[in-house]
Amino acid sequence: MNGATIDAAFTGRLGAFQLDVAFTAPTRGITAIFGQSGCGKTSVLRCIAGLTRLPGRLSVGGDVWQDDASGVFRKPFRRPVGYVFQEASLFPHLSVAGNLTYGAKRATRRGGANGLAVDDVVDLLGIAPLLNRSPAALSGGERQRVAIGRALLSRPSLLLMDEPLAALDRFAKDEILPYLEAIQDSLAMPVLYVSHDISEVARLAAHMIVLNKGRKVAEGEVGQVLQRLDLHPATGRFEAGVIVTARVIGHDDAIKITHADLYGQKIDIPLVDAEPGHEIRLRVRARDVSLATDRPRGISIRNVIAGTITEINEEPDTAYAETLVDIGGAKLRARITRASVNDLDLSPGSPVYALVKSITFDRRAFAGETR
Amino acid sequence: MLDFTELWSPIRLTIELAAITTLALLVIGTPIAWWLARSKSRFKEIVATVVALPLVLPPTVLGFYLLVALGPDGPGGAIAGLYGARSLAFTFEGLVIGSVFYSMPFVVQPIRNAFEAFGERPLEVAATLRASPWDTFWSVAVPLARPGFMTGAVLGFAHTVGEFGVVLMIGGNIPGETRVLSVAIYDYVETLQWTQAHILAGGMLVFSFAVILGMTLLQKRLSGPSE
Repeated sequence: MNGATIDAAFTGRLGAFQLDVAFTAPTRGITAIFGQSGCGKTSVLRCIAGLTRLPGRLSVGGDVWQDDASGVFRKPFRRPVGYVFQEASLFPHLSVAGNLTYGAKRATRRGGANGLAVDDVVDLLGIAPLLNRSPAALSGGERQRVAIGRALLSRPSLLLMDEPLAALDRFAKDEILPYLEAIQDSLAMPVLYVSHDISEVARLAAHMIVLNKGRKVAEGEVGQVLQRLDLHPATGRFEAGVIVTARVIGHDDAIKITHADLYGQKIDIPLVDAEPGHEIRLRVRARDVSLATDRPRGISIRNVIAGTITEINEEPDTAYAETLVDIGGAKLRARITRASVNDLDLSPGSPVYALVKSITFDRRAFAGETR
Repeated sequence: MLDFTELWSPIRLTIELAAITTLALLVIGTPIAWWLARSKSRFKEIVATVVALPLVLPPTVLGFYLLVALGPDGPGGAIAGLYGARSLAFTFEGLVIGSVFYSMPFVVQPIRNAFEAFGERPLEVAATLRASPWDTFWSVAVPLARPGFMTGAVLGFAHTVGEFGVVLMIGGNIPGETRVLSVAIYDYVETLQWTQAHILAGGMLVFSFAVILGMTLLQKRLSGPSE
């Protein structure tokens, strides 16, 4: 599968809805398919699994799964995918163990490759105490973990996840996210992850595809895509931001602060569990960044980062403007008022100080990710 | 003066008829119910209506057409001709065929409802877990539709036990061959043998009560705690 990709193109009508999407995704790591609800992201995933048939073509790691030109369409049960639905959809007539082995048995019969041992998956997802229970006796988070395990055990060469956290409450979400990260760390399995939650995408995915109204509007490395100012209709204003990579310098346990190096500038973030020298991924929302033309004093904000404005995007009919600030290696987005743009006389090329009110730690960066 | 072997014969015959009919209906009715539940064909509701006809048709009408079909000039007669008989009418085999048509809706409808109740999702899940459609049917659809199968089997059995008009039309009243319970009761009343009529009628009353009560309790238990 080295160097191979997932190549998909689907065009067609689904009810009142026109889908026209083509993309290429890497066969390693998590690729997010992102967009507001109703943008067609679930339909794309169903087409890849073969559950919905739309005209188009699809090849995964060199294997052709669908090609209308030569009349190829592999039935869903002949495609080595693991599918995790939004609702866990466990079989109510089987125990947790029965659910887990349902796909494993059949995949073995069909000679699937790189089989994971049931015990390993059970350990990875922490579901050993649930094995003999009935799905009805599980919490929402537990059910979804079993569903993920069941999909993993069917020996997929591609894992499809359709908003696996959307139906869960905040508590259950936080319970599952570490397991998803663990899967990504320990299994070399490509994942297509459908989500409408930008923070989930930022935390999990390396690559992303943005859909809007049945069409692809952006595609690329998550950090790059989130920097773009023109994707508002698809990404939503409130959560817009960027992802940057920093290196841990040290910790101050007494005041619960981690010092980090952000492209040569020092920043402080709430204490993070990472060794000095490790790279971490941080998310900075545009609405948490203010701009100043002089380095301010006597201010509670700890992170003041020097940079240069590269782009200003005033939003007509609103009070706001989105700006992009180059901080020497990465870019920050700042959402400020148009009045401030005028008063401070900001324009591309202006040197500014970005005041960052809050930084969210996403996760440790992984080997191979570039900063 | 009471001859119990004479009373036992129609009871045994009725149970045999109902058991064979129920078995045949599970075999024939299940694919029909599956097709009705899953197909998007335009003819689906037409087929469903044909299956449901015995609910509305007077048994004598159904019996009349069956008589024609099973008789020497119909397809039933042709089949009977294969093994040297003249006709399927007024035979036990004919009764089974008639009962299958007569009780069909009582078996097909609950199974169809059960197949429809769980929707597409479990089948899609099974497909993504490498189960072929045939495999999915047996490992997912049938277990999930189990309450529907139970209801269908019980209703089909009970309804066949209670059939009268169709039997009268195509079966007549041949002891040990077509003289089932309901016909026997009718016959006893006609000939003023009230004691025998009482015993069989009372037995039917108790049986019917037990079937309905048992089924209600069973459904309560099945649809109870598990999801």
